[in-house]
Amino acid sequence: MVVETQASPLQDGGSGDSDPKVVDKVVIRFAGDSGDGMQITGSFFTHNSALAGNDISTLPDFPAEIRAPAGTLPGVSGFQLNFSSLQIMTPGDTPEVLVAMNPAALKVNLRDLVRGGTIILNSDTFRKNNLKKAGYTEDPRETGDLEGYNVHAVPLTSLTLEAVKDTGISHKLAGRCKNMFALGIMLWMYDRSLEATLGLMTKKFGKMEEVFEANKKALTAGYNYADTVEVFTGRFQVGKAKLVPGTYRMLMGNQAAVLGFVAGAQLAKRPLFYGSYPITPASSILEGLSNFKHFGVKTFQAEDEIAAVGSSIGAAFGGAIGLTGTSGPGVALKAEAIGLAAMTELPLIVINVQRGGPSTGLPTKTEQADLLQAMFGRNGECPVAIVAPQSPADCFTMAIEAIRIATKYMVPVMYLSDGYLANGAEPWSIPEVEDLPGIEVKNATDPEGFLPYQRDPETLARPWAIPGTPGTEHRLGGLEKQENTGNVSYDPENHQKMTLLRAEKVERIAQSIPELEVHGDPDGGDVLVLGWGSTYGSITSAVNRVRDRGGRVSSAHLRHLNPFPANIEEVLGKFKKILIPELNMGQLLFLIRARFCIEAEGLNKVQGQPFQIGEIEQKIEELL
Amino acid sequence: MTAKPELSPEKIKEIEEYDRKIFTSDQIVRWCPGCGDYSILAQMQKTMPEICQEQGIPRENVAVVSGIGCSSRFPYYMNTYGFHSIHGRAPTFASGLKISRPELQVWVVTGDGDALSIGGNHLIHALRRNVDLKILLFNNRIYGLTKGQYSPTSEQGKKTKSTPQGSVDYPINPLSLALAAEATFVARTIDADTKHLASILKRAARHKGSAFIEIYQNCNIFNDGAFKSFADKKVRDDRTIVLEHGQPMVFGKEKDKGIRLDGLKPVVVDLANGADESSLLVHDEKTTDPTLANLLARLEEADESTPVPVGVFRALDKPTYDGLLDEQVATAQEQPNAGDMAALLAGGETWTVQ
Repeated sequence: MVVETQASPLQDGGSGDSDPKVVDKVVIRFAGDSGDGMQITGSFFTHNSALAGNDISTLPDFPAEIRAPAGTLPGVSGFQLNFSSLQIMTPGDTPEVLVAMNPAALKVNLRDLVRGGTIILNSDTFRKNNLKKAGYTEDPRETGDLEGYNVHAVPLTSLTLEAVKDTGISHKLAGRCKNMFALGIMLWMYDRSLEATLGLMTKKFGKMEEVFEANKKALTAGYNYADTVEVFTGRFQVGKAKLVPGTYRMLMGNQAAVLGFVAGAQLAKRPLFYGSYPITPASSILEGLSNFKHFGVKTFQAEDEIAAVGSSIGAAFGGAIGLTGTSGPGVALKAEAIGLAAMTELPLIVINVQRGGPSTGLPTKTEQADLLQAMFGRNGECPVAIVAPQSPADCFTMAIEAIRIATKYMVPVMYLSDGYLANGAEPWSIPEVEDLPGIEVKNATDPEGFLPYQRDPETLARPWAIPGTPGTEHRLGGLEKQENTGNVSYDPENHQKMTLLRAEKVERIAQSIPELEVHGDPDGGDVLVLGWGSTYGSITSAVNRVRDRGGRVSSAHLRHLNPFPANIEEVLGKFKKILIPELNMGQLLFLIRARFCIEAEGLNKVQGQPFQIGEIEQKIEELL
Repeated sequence: MTAKPELSPEKIKEIEEYDRKIFTSDQIVRWCPGCGDYSILAQMQKTMPEICQEQGIPRENVAVVSGIGCSSRFPYYMNTYGFHSIHGRAPTFASGLKISRPELQVWVVTGDGDALSIGGNHLIHALRRNVDLKILLFNNRIYGLTKGQYSPTSEQGKKTKSTPQGSVDYPINPLSLALAAEATFVARTIDADTKHLASILKRAARHKGSAFIEIYQNCNIFNDGAFKSFADKKVRDDRTIVLEHGQPMVFGKEKDKGIRLDGLKPVVVDLANGADESSLLVHDEKTTDPTLANLLARLEEADESTPVPVGVFRALDKPTYDGLLDEQVATAQEQPNAGDMAALLAGGETWTVQ
């Protein structure tokens, strides 16, 4: 595995008095108990980095348990942040700095830390009881486990209690401010503006005066502590990245999906209906959309996954954009209804925020193993369109694209996100409203000669006539439909014809989607790395590194998986070898081999974690 | 709430001219000859013009949604918007449709297998939420479309193709289930009693909220005569009691029998032999206390002489799910930033790169 040492803060930085040492990227991981406030600490540092002009990518790592017993290994929650003066596309392979709020956080995260990296740990928690809960028989500070790391043991709890003692806040709440003390140290270490974070703190806690005062004191005390004690010999600076000018915000994938579907429905001038049943890691889409009633969005928390999809299909019948969202186990339950949407040719969109499977699997961990489920997971010949966003912010763009396809072709669309995209965040250049694509949707209103299954000659879409329209009354259903009239038909030739028409309709989507672009050498080369969905950042970064060393490798990334872009076969034919890295056991590989009868090699990982850049880089080197 | 669209004078005139034919589709009805479904379809097609005229609903605002089973072919025969969905799930499609389009009148047609077995969960929750749906449950106590297996309402010991030694399942009582699910309108009627059936359809249509109607429906092929012992015209007056709000519970061809409570047990008293009418139970469909409705839902089980009640067991006014959600949306849309796309995109913490 390759570690970018030139970019890591492992060397001595400048001391507190001299100029900070300039590095081009840093990866920090904050880790502690679920209740230690690691997510907010991470998001505060992210905000500060954004204001400092860095490029950023972040990824939280939640335990599946909500509040596992304090101090235990299952209760550890983490937040990783990569910030850089260069363009970055992933939250970073291996952290260089670990903030560990207790022994369990140290134990869980130490194996990921770069050898020689920096550890800041809360020494107040390294007591017999906590060590035992973390499974340490001896104090790791004394066993040599931490040898070779740059360890700073700081009594974070007691220093925080001391710092906030005059605020009148309760002992319990005072102790909770220790994450801000740790953040203060980190802000000093990376030569950051304390004011910027205090500004955000005012916005977040400003109304709760005592809480705000205590957190402010803890943050400032942490900053001053680092400045004063002179044990932190390294101070670093990460400069501004060259970002396209504009106004930015951080977007997590699920949040981007929420904005995208609300915006897409507005662009289509149709109401958005979201039927969903809570499931990790998709629930935040339901929560998010429930806040958009002022855009006419109606959310329906259904009694189960089937009711969720059923209600969305019912809403689509009624003229709304019918959206449902879930994760893999939920898609399994929705399969029959998705078939009904395919048969009735209604614009249904199914979000699958994929997680580790099979069965309940790894609810909070990422995987891409539902591609073949999306493709084939229904009874009968039942093709649907499939799109997959490639980065957290791309969840916005592909939401609009899903609405465009569903309404233009009157077809169900599967939208394959995953746990990594859902919770990962990156800066998003806020677009101008007028730059968003238009979506033209027509409803049939003319009763003259109306036939519910008479197709548009270009798209093969059937007309969308909705209840309330006089003269176009008709009946839909899951039984096979007679061509044009839509009446129930058991005629053998008709069934064959309708099966072919439904397939042809999905194929024709390729006429309106962008061609597959090659990053690298469009005219061909030794290796093409073909990816889909959330692996975009890791693949592109790996390809860039190898190309920087002169390797003839290129990449292409699929955001449309059914149908594929029209030129895919042509692109694949230009390269000697095809490598397909996926967080599954080779599902796109299976489709590519089956469809084009070509040799391709897979790189397959199912560990609930995204690819590290180094893993893909190594595989490319093997193939070159 | 979404205001009911004003009808034009032409539309009002059009509605005034509705007749049975306008609600009859061009599809050939394919139920078995003699099936109870024919009677229900005929009453529905006959009653819909009256319902539309009474409430000012144009035909295009009526939708009929069904699941799977014999009864679920119903939408194909109604010349309205219709949706023949998947097994057990009709309430879900209907809920989505009604919630997104509150101005529509949405009917659900389902059967005992569809609503109480595979779709039990959806029935419970649609009723609990009080979505404004009119749910017609055709209860024939058998699986007809799959050719004669016992259903969740079949009596224990029923010999069918799948239970040659007799079923060991205990049946479910649809009305008790609906009441437990807090249904705001609960009624029962019989396919062959066309007049009563039509009156119940009208009552359900007037109800704002989820209306649940159990219709005893004879399957003359696989479970013929399932309700004969009380639904047959010859015995109906003596074996059934028609519930009427505010009226003492009297039944019998000669109106000579009544229902009185003996402790918590309903008993039949003979009015001809001196029983006092003032001691009889008085029906109250509007009481929020579910005790009376629950008691009536199981009246025939009390003893051999207690009759089977038909009519409206319960009819409560309660805000509907679709109405409440619509109000929330309407309130939210009064916000100054409602529908502001630029504000949508630029929400949260932002920063500028020069």
